[in-house]
Amino acid sequence: METFIQQVLNGLVMGSMYALIALGYTMVYGVLNLINFAHGDVLMIGAMVGLSILHMLESAFPGLPGGVQLAVAIVGAIPVTMLVNILIERVAYRRLRNAPRLAPLITAIGVSILLKTFAMMIWGRSPLPFPQLLSSDPIMIGGAVISQTQVLLIVLAVVCMFALAMLVEKTRIGRAMRAVAENPRVAGLMGVDSNRVIVTTFALGAALAAVAGVMWGANYASIQFETGTLPGMKAFCAAVLGGIGNIYGAMIGGIVLGIIESLGAGYIGEITGGFLGSQYQDIFAFVVLILVLTVRPSGIMGERVADRA
Amino acid sequence: MALLTFDTAHKPRQSYASMAVLLAVMLVFPFVASQFGNSWVRIIDMALLYIMLALGLNIVVGFAGLLDLGYIAFFAVGAYLTGLLASPQFAALLESVVNYSPAMGDALVALFGESIRTEGIHLSVWAIVPLAALVAALFGALLGAPTLKLRGDYLAIVTLGFGEIIRIFMNNLNDPINFTNGPQGINLIDPIRIFGVSLAGEAGSKATVFIGGVGIPSVNAYYFLFLLLCIVTIFMTSRLQHSRLGRAWVAIREDEIAAKAMGINTRNVKLLAFSMGASFGGVAGAMFAAFQGFVSPESFSLTESIAVLAMVVLGGIGHIPGVVMGGVLLAALPEVLRHVVEPAQQALFGKVIIEAEVLRQLLYGLAMVLIMLNRPAGLWPSPIKEDRPVAATDKDEKEEEAVAS
Amino acid sequence: MSEMMLNIAGVNKRFGGLQALTDVRIQIAKGQIYGLIGPNGAGKTTFFNVITGLYQPDTGTFELDGKAYSPSAPHKVAQAGIARTFQNIRLFGEMTALENVMVGRHVRTRQGVFGAIFRHGAARREEAAIRARAQELLDFVGIGQFGNRTARYLSYGDQRRLEIARALATEPRLLALDEPAAGMNATEKLALRELLVKIKDAGITILLIEHDVKLMMGLCDRISVLEYGKLIAEGVPAEIQKNQAVIEAYLGGAH
Repeated sequence: METFIQQVLNGLVMGSMYALIALGYTMVYGVLNLINFAHGDVLMIGAMVGLSILHMLESAFPGLPGGVQLAVAIVGAIPVTMLVNILIERVAYRRLRNAPRLAPLITAIGVSILLKTFAMMIWGRSPLPFPQLLSSDPIMIGGAVISQTQVLLIVLAVVCMFALAMLVEKTRIGRAMRAVAENPRVAGLMGVDSNRVIVTTFALGAALAAVAGVMWGANYASIQFETGTLPGMKAFCAAVLGGIGNIYGAMIGGIVLGIIESLGAGYIGEITGGFLGSQYQDIFAFVVLILVLTVRPSGIMGERVADRA
Repeated sequence: MALLTFDTAHKPRQSYASMAVLLAVMLVFPFVASQFGNSWVRIIDMALLYIMLALGLNIVVGFAGLLDLGYIAFFAVGAYLTGLLASPQFAALLESVVNYSPAMGDALVALFGESIRTEGIHLSVWAIVPLAALVAALFGALLGAPTLKLRGDYLAIVTLGFGEIIRIFMNNLNDPINFTNGPQGINLIDPIRIFGVSLAGEAGSKATVFIGGVGIPSVNAYYFLFLLLCIVTIFMTSRLQHSRLGRAWVAIREDEIAAKAMGINTRNVKLLAFSMGASFGGVAGAMFAAFQGFVSPESFSLTESIAVLAMVVLGGIGHIPGVVMGGVLLAALPEVLRHVVEPAQQALFGKVIIEAEVLRQLLYGLAMVLIMLNRPAGLWPSPIKEDRPVAATDKDEKEEEAVAS
Repeated sequence: MSEMMLNIAGVNKRFGGLQALTDVRIQIAKGQIYGLIGPNGAGKTTFFNVITGLYQPDTGTFELDGKAYSPSAPHKVAQAGIARTFQNIRLFGEMTALENVMVGRHVRTRQGVFGAIFRHGAARREEAAIRARAQELLDFVGIGQFGNRTARYLSYGDQRRLEIARALATEPRLLALDEPAAGMNATEKLALRELLVKIKDAGITILLIEHDVKLMMGLCDRISVLEYGKLIAEGVPAEIQKNQAVIEAYLGGAH
């Protein structure tokens, strides 16, 4: 039972991460019908920038409490990732809004490669250690262990999701986002500047990715130019699981996928009689994706894709 | 590009002349390049394998319009199959089978002979190649089947997922039964043996292959083999393109609903695209394993799938000469750069600012973004037949055509 | 009954909350030109899509030339002998006109991978036959000189003809045309009318959806009228023109 709780807890932690990242994918897909392949790498950039900020803080203001350092790193990383994402949209994606499906996808892949390359050039190719900022004393919950960093991650994820939900439901820009997500042309006829909305969408997604990126570093203590790739792909699977284009779907999908992955890795050995083990953990996200697309393509909460006819 | 053309339908004499010139250059190349050491020919050997891959993927992405981001999986299948059946690996596998279930172990020994305990299985290239093609084709159908109803983006992600799944399996399938030897990969894979002559050269000859008394470097021997396979691949894919099946693929790509309405069984035709494309990948994989002598999971990552896709898309999607060119550029150019750029930086700046590997990725990324923004059909796309409506009368038509050509 | 080419009855189709088709039936005799008219949204194209396997009906019986057929998949319907064109013209844009029609021959030919690669005698002969027949059909519909033009660059009227030629290539017993005259001017409509008569004379039964009521009255042997997914009238053009329900449905909107 203890292992079960532990695994659920692990799943919650991972799921919070996936949810934050998935939101970026789902929002962009909702308005543009485009998989922003580079989104996982935006997360990596957030982590890298956060790390650099931490290094600067160390030398300029040594001895700051870990929580403060983390906060500064996150707050500092956000504008950078926003800028990166906005730039990507402007330079690479905008011209291909109405191009046949292949060109935007290839361009997105190219952007992803470029982000990794720039990270390689700026921060090098080797893994970089992320400092331990919060106390590593474990917190016990029902026999399972969780760290302060992990709790913070879950809390931050919930706060961000709540804030995003408020923004989308209650504010003017949120309404505009929903309008453009449903039908950009008609939204335009109603006076909504869809370019503005799309830029906002990219910016918001990037902000969430920055939070996720810095927390990733804090949680796993090591980051590298490749860090964002796999989590990015899995987060997209989570977005599809929840219902692509649907913000609440991304949140739910992220958490659910995290738990599936964790429980799956934990029990796969028993299920397959020892043939497969927890080292196969990474395949769960893709298996889930294939199952969802085969059985219920609209996902848990139903998809919301723009009518771009 | 104006001098070289391969449009056999409209410009037959120029096409065949172009082909002859190209062939002559390709045949002479290794002898010239050998003067500068083995590395240039080795680079082209790998490039030829990549061209085969690109041509295979071209069937899926170019002809049928199915965006496959996990194509390298079939390369892996062919390579690992060769690793398993043409190296001592089977002995290791047998050991693990015996540990797991002695009965199964005995059955395998009964099937293949006692020698597999110590030496493994060593099939000849004549058995490996068809087997690789077949098994890869099977995987192609298997991995393609769940994707048949998916639209573009989702198809891409699912195929990407499959590619990753295969890589993860290759990386971990060493316990309880040792198929792939895990992250270490499989070593000591047999080189290719044709009519008793090993293309890796005889022991002690410094990798020289002796054909009728004449000695050529091993890389050159492989070069001619791979060149031959490339030519066969070009021939086969070209024939497929201009056939009933090829038209069905393009019909599906252009408008799947209309294709169905015209009686095309799109499910079967799509599966055929996946299978045929995969089979070329499998054969290339088998060649790769024999050439390198070892296989490991890192050769079969998402980066490789993307590289092959880039060759197809940037070269000229659906257009065989374009795809070949894409393969040459994207496979050979980074290597060439490495030989040129790093020493240049060393000389100019005293140190290497941008490593070759980073440069390679940079070029890939830039190429993908810039070419998609400016020439989305690729650098060398299919020539458009007639792109302007001509005058109503036949006489005017003939005049315009005479002026145009 | 053996003179019936198409005999369809009891078709119901519901999309979520909308009952798109209610108990629709149609009987077309061999060699007829049969018209299907009705206001926008009446369900004409939905009915077409059901007959040709693009949509699955909730209920219905389907018979073509005396034999039951199952509209479960479009390619099976084509195999059975119904070919269609589309309201929005669905050509294979990047292929030439000739290649488009050659694709139409797919369902009646067989060469596969082996024939493609080895081009043995039977394969070469079949390919030549496909090419020849395709050219014949292009000539038949009147665009024989545009065989090598990329389909995308044909004029609108020629694209419509090409779609018809491609459909004819499948050797249909029934040719189903969805608004073939849409967007055409009077001259083009006349030419289309001649083509359709030519096709009828060649022995092919035609079912067509159209909005141009005058065209339909002059062309069709019989007409059915749909409104809100229900059949409201059925008969020869003269009867339809005088039918009160039809007049009301159109609010007097004869062109």
